[in-house]
Amino acid sequence: MPARLVIEGDSAHIEGSLTFPDVRRVLAEFERALAVRTGSTLEVDLSGLTRIDSGGAALLDEVTERGRGRNVRVAYTGACDEVAEIRRIFSSGAGARVAERERAGLLQRCGVWGYHTWAGFLEFLQLTADTFYWSFAGLVSKRGGRKGAFVTQALLIGVDALPVVLTISFLVGAILALQSAAQLRQFGANIFVADLIAVSMAREMGPLMTAIILAGRSGSAIASEIATMTVTEEIDALKTMGINPVRYIVVPKFYAISLCMPLLSILATLVGILGGLIVAFLYLDLTPAVYTREAIEILTAKDIVTGLVKSVAFAGLICTIGAHYGFRVQGGAEGVGRTTTASVVAAIFAVVVADCFFSLIFYF
Amino acid sequence: MIEIKGIEKSFGDHQVLAGVDLTVGTGETMVILGRSGCGKSVLLKLVIGLLKPDSGQVLVGGEPVPYDRPGDLFRMRGKFGMLFQAAALFDSLTVGENVGLGLKENTSLNAGEISRRVKEKLLTVGLDGAEFLKPAELSGGMKKRVGLARALAMDPEYILYDEPTTGLDPVMGGVINELIRDLQHKFRATSIAVTHDIHSAFRIGDRIALLHEGRIVHVGTVAETKATRNPVVEEFIEGQSG
Ligand SMILES: Nc1ncnc2c1ncn2[C@@H]1O[C@H](COP(=O)(O)OP(=O)(O)O)[C@@H](O)[C@H]1O
Ligand SMILES: [Mg+2]
Repeated sequence: MPARLVIEGDSAHIEGSLTFPDVRRVLAEFERALAVRTGSTLEVDLSGLTRIDSGGAALLDEVTERGRGRNVRVAYTGACDEVAEIRRIFSSGAGARVAERERAGLLQRCGVWGYHTWAGFLEFLQLTADTFYWSFAGLVSKRGGRKGAFVTQALLIGVDALPVVLTISFLVGAILALQSAAQLRQFGANIFVADLIAVSMAREMGPLMTAIILAGRSGSAIASEIATMTVTEEIDALKTMGINPVRYIVVPKFYAISLCMPLLSILATLVGILGGLIVAFLYLDLTPAVYTREAIEILTAKDIVTGLVKSVAFAGLICTIGAHYGFRVQGGAEGVGRTTTASVVAAIFAVVVADCFFSLIFYF
Repeated sequence: MIEIKGIEKSFGDHQVLAGVDLTVGTGETMVILGRSGCGKSVLLKLVIGLLKPDSGQVLVGGEPVPYDRPGDLFRMRGKFGMLFQAAALFDSLTVGENVGLGLKENTSLNAGEISRRVKEKLLTVGLDGAEFLKPAELSGGMKKRVGLARALAMDPEYILYDEPTTGLDPVMGGVINELIRDLQHKFRATSIAVTHDIHSAFRIGDRIALLHEGRIVHVGTVAETKATRNPVVEEFIEGQSG
């Protein structure tokens, strides 16, 4: 006797033999029953089933799945041993697997995330060590490096970034001066605006703003170039030709950015102080000569040196983080975009954390 | 001789290779056939040490591939040439510089000798005079030829080909097949070519192995492969002929 589905309120029962030829019809009947029961439970009594085959077992699983899609919980009861056994054998087990995965969820995900983060960090340290090693080795011996690459990279990183670095530093200097001018004027302490701008540009804003701009410009360029080379197997090709990719690709960029960053950062500081000078002249009635003398007097060698040390460190961070994310890329061309974005966020984060750290060791 | 012994490799919980055993005799060209995504490229990268197996080992000329000793690994790779799936040429270098890169970095040859060797290899692949073009100016077939010339540049004992005809039209694919076959006859390098293209496999292979669900399920000469009753092989051949 073919299967018959009887639905009464929130419960239903199936009678007869549920086999392959019935599947399409019974599934359609179930589908109608599920459609009007969103958010409730459908209890299906299987005690009337005399026979079931693999098609029937798959049907019952499918109904559970579709019920989940419509937010209906489907429960089967009363199956005789024979029917239960056949269901167990042919069930895809999809329901059980999904539930299991959900249960293992949070803790497992945290564990996996922690493991990947830690493994990534170790890889990063390894890459940093390699980069330093080959940078110094490269200063001693010229083999394995790339002639001309350093100059190209330096021009790309340094000269191209110059306009935006200068504009932003000038504006930052001017903004700092404007913000402090109102306060300083109340105390008749106008002259101290020069001290404030000079010190904060040299110690902090010059190196930091330059680093953030270069993280966005050069860090992303490094990450996307290396990621593209990884995806197109060019990195693998280098390795098969016996060429170390860190030495051949990362090190020239490392030299270039380590040289450009301090230079850009000095220029940024000077232009920032100039921005302050113009505000001081227009709003605080300070002559440029007075402002300049005050600024030069307040600056110590330590301020200059710490600024430079910081900017070299930022350069190293930006280069190695960009390269690290580039080498780790996964998932083809789409992955290149993702890893580039991730590298910029990570580089800016690292620069700010490192800046905080330097402020602690240099000034406390 | 290249001996692959019990190689297993997983990425996360996705097992790609589940115990691959295969021996490639000296001077022989072994073609490994398999569907896209079945782990052919992974297998080649394991042979040349770009990836490390979870278990098992690869012996090259009797020596195990030194996965954990970067210095030795670099030395071993000096005996290999590899043609990558998409050729993997360096965009910023000219064709000549691409072909000569390994020579320039790893040998003490001077610029004149390098450029002579580069010319000779480009002539071998039928691209004489293309030294000063950039990879961006080349067609797919030309890129593969440059990739081949680069793989041959160091006169390797072993050559690995990753999908030499993929992405080419049938005519150009045929030309590349002939070229590879000529090179194999001329240089007798011990070679492994992986492909999903059965025509290419029959054309360039001395023997053919089928990689299926992480294992080698068939190895035999071209004639044996065509005649076999192994159902997986038959399905693979039928799926592509006609
Ligand atoms: N570096 C990797 N990380 C994660 N999965 C990988 C990696 N390389 C390959 N795979 C996976 O291994 C499987 C086989 O890939 P591959 O060897 O490239 O296939 P094909 O036979 O087409 O060359 C694919 O499912 C792929 O997703
Ligand atoms: Mg492949």
